[in-house]
Amino acid sequence: MSMVQLLQTNAQATPARPRPRVRLLPYLLSLPALLVCVAILVPFVTAAVYSLQRYRLNLPYLRGFIGAGNYIDFLSDPAFWNTLRISITYTAVTVVVELLLGLGIALLLRRPSRFHNAVSIMLLLPLMTAPAIAALMWKLMTNPSFGILSYLVGLFGVTDFKWASDPSSALFTVVLVDVWVYTPFIMILLLAGLRSLPRQPFEAAALDGVPASFVFFRITLPMLAPYIITASLFRLLDSIQQFDIIYAMTQGGPGDRLMVFQVQAYLEFFQYTNVGRSAALLMILWLITNILSNIFIKNWLRLRARAHGHA
Amino acid sequence: MEHSSLAGRIFRGVALSLILIFFMFPIVWIFLMSFQSNDQILRIPPRILFEPTLANYEALISGQLRTAAGNLQISFMRNLFNSVVLSSAAVLLALLLGVPAAYAFARFKFRLGETIAFTLLSFRFAPPLLVLLPLSLYYQELGLNDTYLGIVWVYQLIALPLILWIVRGYFEDISPDIEHAYRLAGHSWREAFTRIAVPLAGPGIAAAGLLSFIFCWNNFVFALILASADKQPVTVGALAFVTASGIQYGQIAAAIVLSVTPTLLLALYAQRYLVEGLSLGAVKG
Repeated sequence: MSMVQLLQTNAQATPARPRPRVRLLPYLLSLPALLVCVAILVPFVTAAVYSLQRYRLNLPYLRGFIGAGNYIDFLSDPAFWNTLRISITYTAVTVVVELLLGLGIALLLRRPSRFHNAVSIMLLLPLMTAPAIAALMWKLMTNPSFGILSYLVGLFGVTDFKWASDPSSALFTVVLVDVWVYTPFIMILLLAGLRSLPRQPFEAAALDGVPASFVFFRITLPMLAPYIITASLFRLLDSIQQFDIIYAMTQGGPGDRLMVFQVQAYLEFFQYTNVGRSAALLMILWLITNILSNIFIKNWLRLRARAHGHA
Repeated sequence: MEHSSLAGRIFRGVALSLILIFFMFPIVWIFLMSFQSNDQILRIPPRILFEPTLANYEALISGQLRTAAGNLQISFMRNLFNSVVLSSAAVLLALLLGVPAAYAFARFKFRLGETIAFTLLSFRFAPPLLVLLPLSLYYQELGLNDTYLGIVWVYQLIALPLILWIVRGYFEDISPDIEHAYRLAGHSWREAFTRIAVPLAGPGIAAAGLLSFIFCWNNFVFALILASADKQPVTVGALAFVTASGIQYGQIAAAIVLSVTPTLLLALYAQRYLVEGLSLGAVKG
């Protein structure tokens, strides 16, 4: 049904009402948002089409439809498997570390006090720093000749630690920056969740002298689970697409050590001008994020309904 | 958990101190670095006490960079200006488009509304390059490449979902009865919207606007792909600056401080709303 038909049927449905214009109103009000949707969907469909083409900007005359050719090439391409492996490793490590650390901090700050609130506000600052800029900050601190962190690990006898410029420590370094920026995200979500939990189960447990570990694993964690799931999925979705931190820090290097999906796709497009391959790579990433985001949206809606009192 | 032992209290104190050091140290250190001359920065061991200099900021503001290789023109102030223009324009446009739409989604249950809301939400989590790379080819044809308009338009991808979903939650929390009563008194829906609904959702709109501003300001990849040097915001400009200035570390630090100060101040100002905004209204702070 076209937009016009939709509007007409809706208008016809209430001919006797004094203000039939009101039926049109929701559509008029959301028209601009619809435009933005179209502006997203057109390039998205274009990318899907590109991914089925042999399309190189430097060789336009070779352009043609090759079906799943780009995707099939990936199967035998070690660079693709490297990208997949690095992306998954990066995502798994950052999300697990951030979740554990964020949960720990939230538990420490759980009791509302002026000091605890001040700490949680201070921890917002890394989260509000642009990730690309955060990478530059850490780059200055890990500079081999004057970086304070290089100096500090030197005091512990670790000389010649090359941080992001050495293949063996590059992943560790970008994960460190990611943890610095995004742990506060998990922390503030879980802290809000912890503070919104009903008090009765905890009071009852305290009265009965239930040990703290039992309270934590049998009461706190299960009740906090929806918040933990939402926060982790949020991070999972962002982390598997990480670009800013890695690009600003090493541009995917050294070598291909940090070639995660989006960095690889960016270089494929701008350095090798291979539009088809770049699009296919992004479509695969989209497929992964789409599955995750469907799970995420379901959880998020449930939590949101509860927060707004509609549950 | 409330009444902990001495050992427990010591553990909590030590843990919180370590956490504060880890998360605050980089900001403090770069801030200090921005007031040091290159010689002071390169000194080993590093010192916490030093004679501060404003030379780095002066060089950035005047745009004249003295390096060993000679004078270098750097227009970092231009990047700062671009960030202000791009982020403000994007947020204003998103509020103009998003607040009425959020109101429609909250008040009228209609299929198209849900579809739009969820499309925008699901693309909030799609890889940005998937949209950006084809868009950059379209932009070249449309002449939108490297224009403020083109960048402000793609920033809607960041700002609009945020505003739609947060403000929608605020409208849903307002009872429609108030508006009905106002309408029965003979006022039009437009008056009910502007005089009743928008003022009541005011805090939500302000919060969504501030957060969108922060996220637009912090965005890197959109402008990296769509803007050339004279339209680039600070995030992209700072990276280019690092490459261009080479070893002028003090000035790099000063550029970083100038880039993050506006968002950090806004974040402190809006911290009450951050939890709700960051979770798109799923968790209330």
